[in-house]
Amino acid sequence: MSLESPLGRVLGLGSAKEGSRHWYAQRLSAIAVAILGIWFFVALAGLDGVALDRVRAWLDSPLAATLLLLLISTLAWHTILGLQVVIEDYVGSRGLRLALLIGMKFALVLAAAAGAIAVLRLALGVPA
Amino acid sequence: MARHERPLSPFMQYRWLYSNTLSILHRLTGILLSGGFLLLVYWLVAAARGPESYERALSCFASIPMQVVLAGVLWSWCYHFLNGIRHLCWDVGIGFEPGIARASGWAVAIASLVLTAVLWLVLQGGPGGAA
Repeated sequence: MSLESPLGRVLGLGSAKEGSRHWYAQRLSAIAVAILGIWFFVALAGLDGVALDRVRAWLDSPLAATLLLLLISTLAWHTILGLQVVIEDYVGSRGLRLALLIGMKFALVLAAAAGAIAVLRLALGVPA
Repeated sequence: MARHERPLSPFMQYRWLYSNTLSILHRLTGILLSGGFLLLVYWLVAAARGPESYERALSCFASIPMQVVLAGVLWSWCYHFLNGIRHLCWDVGIGFEPGIARASGWAVAIASLVLTAVLWLVLQGGPGGAA
């Protein structure tokens, strides 16, 4: 699905230099995070406490592990898109803006990777 | 290339209205939720590292300052979630009329507090990653 006009598609960039891609991805990831977020809180409420054996038993289910991995990745994606807008809006200096954008993206991808590895370790029963 | 002193965002020039407050709260809660995401990752990493680090994480989450932080993150999620749905409705052209937008704004503000209280009570079994 494309929201770009034919002329916009020819020019390709627009003032944001990436057309409507960011706008659309922000909404797509929002819907994903909303659905996965509801699931997460319902699952958390159903855990009856967060003792380690309960968390392990929860993530023993392939469905729970899959959805938690999806939650972590879509959450990181949505956060990157959102913080990108905040930085672009409020940081005036080009150098600092670029540095913050790169640092923010690196940090969130690092956090998402660490979270994903943690979920995989719990799900596959890797001994600590 | 000539450099112009242009404002990056015109938010300083508008009269203060309920809608600016709700809008800036959406950004603010979004930024807070970035921190909440890191707490979720910390919770999972601590669990994967084993019982000792998990106990440390749980006692950290149980401390009074962290309980305040977790309550703030929980409310941020509720607000951002509900107001985000409002924004998605606008994106497909629903509820743009001033009266409806005003009513949905109040509804979101109140519902976010109610939802926070409900989730907080339901999740009292133990402090989880984001709650």
